[in-house]
Amino acid sequence: MTPSDPKDAAMTHPAPPLITTSVRLSADDGVAHEPVLTLKDISVFYGGYEAVRGVDMDMAGNQITALIGPSGCGKSTVLRSLNRMNDLIPGARVAGTISYHGQNLYAREVDPIELRRRIGMVFQKPNPFPKSIYDNIAYGPRVTGMKVTSMNDLVEQALRDAALWDEVKDKLKQSALALSGGQQQRLCIARTIAVRPEVILMDEPCSALDPIATGKIEDLMINLAADYTIVIVTHNMQQAARVSHRTAFFTAEVDEAGVRHGRLVEYEDTNKLFTNPNHKRTEDYITGRFG
Amino acid sequence: MAADITRPDVPAAGVRRGRSRPGERIIETLLVVAAVVSVATTIGIMASLFIPTVEFFGQVSIVEFFTKTMWTPLFADKHYGVLPLLVATLWVTAIAIVIAVPLGIGAAIYLSEYARPGTRKVLKPVLEILAGIPTVVYGFFALTFLNPVLIDWWPTANKPEFQNLLVAGIAMGIMIVPTVASLSEDAMSAVPRSLREGAYALASTKMQVSTRVVVPAALSGIVAAIVLGFSRALGETLIVTIAAGLKTADVPTSPIQGAATMTSYIAGAGQGDLPVDSLEYLTIFAVGATLFVFTFGLNALSIRLVRKFREVYE
Repeated sequence: MTPSDPKDAAMTHPAPPLITTSVRLSADDGVAHEPVLTLKDISVFYGGYEAVRGVDMDMAGNQITALIGPSGCGKSTVLRSLNRMNDLIPGARVAGTISYHGQNLYAREVDPIELRRRIGMVFQKPNPFPKSIYDNIAYGPRVTGMKVTSMNDLVEQALRDAALWDEVKDKLKQSALALSGGQQQRLCIARTIAVRPEVILMDEPCSALDPIATGKIEDLMINLAADYTIVIVTHNMQQAARVSHRTAFFTAEVDEAGVRHGRLVEYEDTNKLFTNPNHKRTEDYITGRFG
Repeated sequence: MAADITRPDVPAAGVRRGRSRPGERIIETLLVVAAVVSVATTIGIMASLFIPTVEFFGQVSIVEFFTKTMWTPLFADKHYGVLPLLVATLWVTAIAIVIAVPLGIGAAIYLSEYARPGTRKVLKPVLEILAGIPTVVYGFFALTFLNPVLIDWWPTANKPEFQNLLVAGIAMGIMIVPTVASLSEDAMSAVPRSLREGAYALASTKMQVSTRVVVPAALSGIVAAIVLGFSRALGETLIVTIAAGLKTADVPTSPIQGAATMTSYIAGAGQGDLPVDSLEYLTIFAVGATLFVFTFGLNALSIRLVRKFREVYE
């Protein structure tokens, strides 16, 4: 066929893109990314209930991995098992192995407190402490006994890294709760990076924010990926497309016994997953046919 | 196509004001009466307390009342210095608070942050039952059990007296622990889970989460619990009457002496053998008013402190 024939062109019209948002990042950026976290056959139980079954994936260093899927598909559960936040829930248990630079996270000799210093977390609802902006940032360095030459410098740097400094530099002693929701969430990110973790887990960090605040956090995430490994759970597929290098699609499946479990369906380069998914269910989800 | 909806035939007048609802009126009146009665009672109590007090200070100078160190209005040689009663009250209250605050807050932190749900379900009601033990029982517990043990173990030759302020303070402290613990635990449990998670995610230990996040966020409730405990200690009468005795004459120089507090003096003197409107009789009101002003001042002070230091998490 030739482009000169308009009729032919119309007949072989390429399939429309599955989503309209452009993908900004690609997993294959010409740099070798060592896996930081590796999940092998992970199942998470709450008491006798198996919330997530058989997840295999790894998260690459200095990249953003997005976990997407409908409600109840276990993506947050998986995220919370990465820094052992699930330990705080009585009856929660993880089977399989999650390794962090080759070290089994759930081995007896691993100290969850030390682990959480290296793998920080930002939550769905901004949860600044009811303290001053300054004390929110200084909290982590203080409780972890970080050797700090100047706490003021550390606070400033963390706020700058979180793109919040210019907005709050004149009111560091004021309560963090006086900030807007988006500012509070960036404060929570600043608070997390103040202890210099390697990995930042984000559990739907923008779901309580308006589009402008969301845009700021997304830009921030992309900037932070230069220094941090980020894993983000999101309900928002456009967001996953905009900010992630790789995307994992989870869904809930009903097994032979009629019990629902979260399963990992597909884990791919974000670009590939959103333009040419391997699985029909992924395509149905990202085009809005279910979920 | 419009659905066939049949509506009751309501004339336009049906939505106008005019339907009276007498039930509403009656309820409102009853609620107003309830509010007015409690306020009026408080005013009545204050009036009946302060009118005789003013009369008393017409006959005894207020300077003498607060500076003289002898309180002997019921003796032949009469002195009207309230300091012996005041100092005894402060001893007992201070001892009670020193015991109740650490134990109460410690118990609250354990229940709220450390105890498993099953343990908590059992312990909290037990604690609250403890708060319901009549104070007279604590008084006899202090006199017949605590004090002999205390005298037995006392390291120096100068043993505590048969009735003394120390043992009364200890018993009173034990009495307030459940109040402080239970109310503080309520305040701590009300701190949102998201704050704890945020702290854990920043590599906090359980103790750090408890002391640096939960306790500061629950501070206003905890201080309220302590103030309530304090007020109960100041106003408590039976334990001190039984365990610390009714000696009034001199300022107690040590808590191992027996002495009357403001409340136990009132209870002892107010038993009916004083002629009404005599100066002796008026002392009861003067001491009562002092106690009232004291409690009121402490409450006001603690409210200011709470406003200053609490962390509002809403």
